[in-house]
Amino acid sequence: MRLILNRIFLIFSTFAALVGLFFLGWILFTLCVKGLSGLSLDVFTKDLINGGLRNVIVGQMMMSGVATMIGIPVGILAGIYLQEYGGNSKTTEFIRDLSDVMMSAPSIVVGTFVYAIVVVPTGHTTGWAGVLALFILMVPIIVRTTDDMLKLVPIELREAGIAIGASKYHVTMNIVVRYAKAGILTGILLAFARVVGETAPLIYTSGSSEFWSTDLTDTFPSLTVSIYNLATMPDDNLVQLGWTGAFLLTAMVLIINLLGRYSGKKKRS
Amino acid sequence: MELIFKKIAQLSASLVFVILAATTIVLYLSAKPAIEEFGLKFLIEPRWGVQEKVEPPAIAEQSDLKQLEKSADIQTDDDFIKDEEDFMMDDEDDFIFDDDMESDSNRNKTIYGALVPIVGTVFSTLIAMLFSIPLAIGIAVFLSEIAPSALAKPVGVAIELLASIPSIIYGMWGLFYFGPFIASLFGGNTVSLLVAGLVLGIMVIPFMAALSRDAIATVPDMLKESAYAMGATKLEVIKDVVFPYAKTGIIGSIILSFGRALGETMAVAFVIGGVYQFAEKVTDPTNSIPVVLANSFAESSGLSLSVLFYLALILFVLSFGVIAIAKFYFLRRK
Repeated sequence: MRLILNRIFLIFSTFAALVGLFFLGWILFTLCVKGLSGLSLDVFTKDLINGGLRNVIVGQMMMSGVATMIGIPVGILAGIYLQEYGGNSKTTEFIRDLSDVMMSAPSIVVGTFVYAIVVVPTGHTTGWAGVLALFILMVPIIVRTTDDMLKLVPIELREAGIAIGASKYHVTMNIVVRYAKAGILTGILLAFARVVGETAPLIYTSGSSEFWSTDLTDTFPSLTVSIYNLATMPDDNLVQLGWTGAFLLTAMVLIINLLGRYSGKKKRS
Repeated sequence: MELIFKKIAQLSASLVFVILAATTIVLYLSAKPAIEEFGLKFLIEPRWGVQEKVEPPAIAEQSDLKQLEKSADIQTDDDFIKDEEDFMMDDEDDFIFDDDMESDSNRNKTIYGALVPIVGTVFSTLIAMLFSIPLAIGIAVFLSEIAPSALAKPVGVAIELLASIPSIIYGMWGLFYFGPFIASLFGGNTVSLLVAGLVLGIMVIPFMAALSRDAIATVPDMLKESAYAMGATKLEVIKDVVFPYAKTGIIGSIILSFGRALGETMAVAFVIGGVYQFAEKVTDPTNSIPVVLANSFAESSGLSLSVLFYLALILFVLSFGVIAIAKFYFLRRK
């Protein structure tokens, strides 16, 4: 009896795993089939208005890129403060917890917040509003990884630095952060991968545009928002373009993720 | 130098707190007109504008729906309300789309209620959980206890990668493939509460599975080996040793996934239908809070905008609570 039950359980568990993987495989499969069939050079050389995706891809990368550029120093500094200066005080713990909660806050709520403080006063959607929304989503992730990575730095290294008369600033920047560099880089790449695929916070902060634009003070082209718009169009060609965009977006996110993993692993081993 | 650096770092750290506090305050202030107008009754009021006339068949016409929504408005002429709304319009008259339809609607009292999206959100999330928990735990157990490590490693990495796929992809797949598949299986619409719940479930599977697997991985080998040595079967080891030990971690991963599903927008926006009516059957279309927010923002102003902020505040508080419970009670960092 026990053995039969055991057998049933093992079969069920394996079956569950197969079902779950089946769905995920199905998604990837349709994505590749639909996405690759629409892939051509035009996609990269023409703007959305002419049936390509050039402007929205560049727009998405630009917004995520700028958000990352601002997010990196803020996130890393906050992580450094929590680990190196904050000690174990109540405030530090509190900020740590808040940051954790923020990490999983619904991204659409961040969008509404940015809408209220940027879009309402300026009166129209702007690339900067999109950047701000992505920045808010990104900082907690960087804070968390920096915090975790710095925790792994042996205390002896810090003591050795202090002992030869280096200031805390020097110890932190030249010893501790350098030691944890690979891990922090992984965190940044993962955070970037996360925000590059965000749609909800961009819909009404950056909006999306069909034209080429590098001006962040205006409505800005976004790949994800465009996919959302294209997919609900009645025109089959536009839906096809949406699939191509979805494929490229997924490929981008997965590649960045793999890069992050690779860079993290290489250093650690 | 030393001091400046410390101060800047401190500033960055407090920024996290500032953003969170500012979010709460700004959402509350923006929602205030709606809160004063509808109070807590907003939570149990099923009407949204006057919806009886507008029942769009598919989500493709969502923008049309918005237009209809605005033109179809309520009869009750309430001067007091009118004044109040006018006052508010004065206050915030620099909105993007301040079209004529909007000012038309301001002559009437429009009733907004959050019950439909709240119910839609809760039920789609529950369906997602019912569907994903057994599968995700199955995957986690399979990966950590059953599969040979040559298989477990690549599959594990694949699961983690899948967890990073943008949710809009799941939504799109749901709209074009999964929705029709479910409709052919159970009848009903290709966009419905059921489809939304299942797509959400599929979306959180990799996330939940990866977290649960990590929780299971913390069980010391020695405990398991002792049980095996006593002649226990795999089922008994998992049931009596692994699960009790990893319980809090697994529950935490479930609640965290719950919070994620609760606030998910894009995966649901494609497949829930976006209609302000209760789903009498699970195969009926309905609405959820994030979807209302995603679809209606650009076209709203005045009171209808404030109502959306009220909704956002509700969602924020809900998911904040759920996530906080998961983090603080079940996944405490050592």
